[in-house]
Amino acid sequence: MTSSPAKRVAAWDVVQLARNPGRPTLRDYASRMCDEFVELHGDRVVADDPAIVGGFARIGDVRFMLIGHQKGGSTEERIACRFGMANPDGYRKADRLMKLAEKWGLPVVALVDTAGAYPGLEAEARGQGEAIGRSLLVMAGLKTPILAIVTGEGGSGGALGIAVGDRVLMLRNAIYSVISPEGCASILWRDGAKAPEAAEALKITAPDLMELGVVDGIVPEPDGGAHADPALAIALVREAVLENLRKLSDGPSGDRLVEARYRKLRAMGAFDPKKAVKA
Amino acid sequence: MSWFTKSSPAAPPEPLPDIWHVCSKCQSHIFKKEWEDDLKVCPKCGHHDRLGARERIALLVDPGSFREFGEEILPSDPLGFADAKGPYAAKAAAAVKKLGQSESVVTGSGDVNGRRIVLAVMDFRFLGGSLSTGCGEKIVLAIEHAIQFKRAFVMVSASGGARMHEGILSLMQMGKTCAALQRLAAAGLPYVSILTDPTTGGVSASYALLGDVNIAEPGTLIGFAGRRVIETTIKQKLPDDFQTAEYQRDHGFVDIIAQRKDLKSVLARVLAYRVK
Repeated sequence: MTSSPAKRVAAWDVVQLARNPGRPTLRDYASRMCDEFVELHGDRVVADDPAIVGGFARIGDVRFMLIGHQKGGSTEERIACRFGMANPDGYRKADRLMKLAEKWGLPVVALVDTAGAYPGLEAEARGQGEAIGRSLLVMAGLKTPILAIVTGEGGSGGALGIAVGDRVLMLRNAIYSVISPEGCASILWRDGAKAPEAAEALKITAPDLMELGVVDGIVPEPDGGAHADPALAIALVREAVLENLRKLSDGPSGDRLVEARYRKLRAMGAFDPKKAVKA
Repeated sequence: MSWFTKSSPAAPPEPLPDIWHVCSKCQSHIFKKEWEDDLKVCPKCGHHDRLGARERIALLVDPGSFREFGEEILPSDPLGFADAKGPYAAKAAAAVKKLGQSESVVTGSGDVNGRRIVLAVMDFRFLGGSLSTGCGEKIVLAIEHAIQFKRAFVMVSASGGARMHEGILSLMQMGKTCAALQRLAAAGLPYVSILTDPTTGGVSASYALLGDVNIAEPGTLIGFAGRRVIETTIKQKLPDDFQTAEYQRDHGFVDIIAQRKDLKSVLARVLAYRVK
């Protein structure tokens, strides 16, 4: 059974589902959704960031480049990969793998699940801002299709850094936001405890983002959320990946693909005088 | 802490506000006229105070050469957002009225020592210079204008990051502006990014650090995550110069640090190297 997309759930409840540690991680998708995964390591500059994992992947005879945030399963693993919060090395690894995908003619599948980019001393020293910005530039110009799926938390720039897609999907209980509800509440409400109100106001659930035109589709989840039946959740994502890669392979390629991606981004938040504030 | 200043007899007497400027960094009292003549740079400690977008434009382009466009683009309220202080639409409308500009960025074309450029200049006073749908749209239109007329594009950043009140659509402006920059690069046109205080959050993680040449004013705060957030995360004190323009230059992210009085001549000198 999968949950009905029509049912309205409080945003704060969705936040809890999106963050549930029992949800499948990138490595679960790599090993159980894919029939093969050849992991590729490193940014070719300084490090191999365990918070972003990528490599060649195959489902049946469909081959693609799989890239995603890795939040980790066990406590030790979660700490080792900083709960999926990437350093600049992670974004530079993603860039490198996307360019490799372009060169070898593979589409990119990016699975997004992060609270945000890592706020650390080394991250800043190595250019967290520049790394994310550069990724946005690389994705904008990539001459191979990109399918991005927010599987859990889509936390701000850290999420967008691998998620500029020709098709962008969200799992039914995923969230995607410019700032965490807690962060927004502490700034605009001056009270972190108002996070549930901020979560509602920010419009961060999959149906919200469909309505805002930011995502193209919602991937259903098992009743009770992806953690309640990980095997079914993974099967549903697998189905969505295959269906959407098929659509993308029927679509434009090369320069026309880049042009279409630009038009898609260009339309987001395009100015409508009828919706402007009255000054 | 207003109860403290009100009740404290030891508080120093306020200087006459019309004549004096108190440097926000070294607390020196400076003749306001002198400080303004020095382009709001403290003569004692060299602190570069923040400039509004129009002051910045006057500083960068030849007198009378600026032609604004995109001023019809006002803030929008796509989420119908309201917080503890009330509706965002009212807050945004008040900012428009107070500053007499349509968004957190002013865009147009102008000449730098006779060389025509397209520029987008952010204004921190407008809701913290936040990147919103209107701001993103104006920047993209400016970049498209530069592509159409084969001009160099100069971006002056001053921002705390993406505007929360417009939610995910503000975040998408990071992708949208960078996609426009990708087209500018594909057209072989120069992009000079000038980073001014502060350039942080989503703006640092999109167009601000992607210049062919990145120029910053001395002491400018440039970084992705906030200092307090990082200190809380790593549980250690950060170096004093952390996230300054000088720190970013030493770590390889800023090419040139230019004093405000030299900014235009440095920009002109750099742009002259575009021979194509």
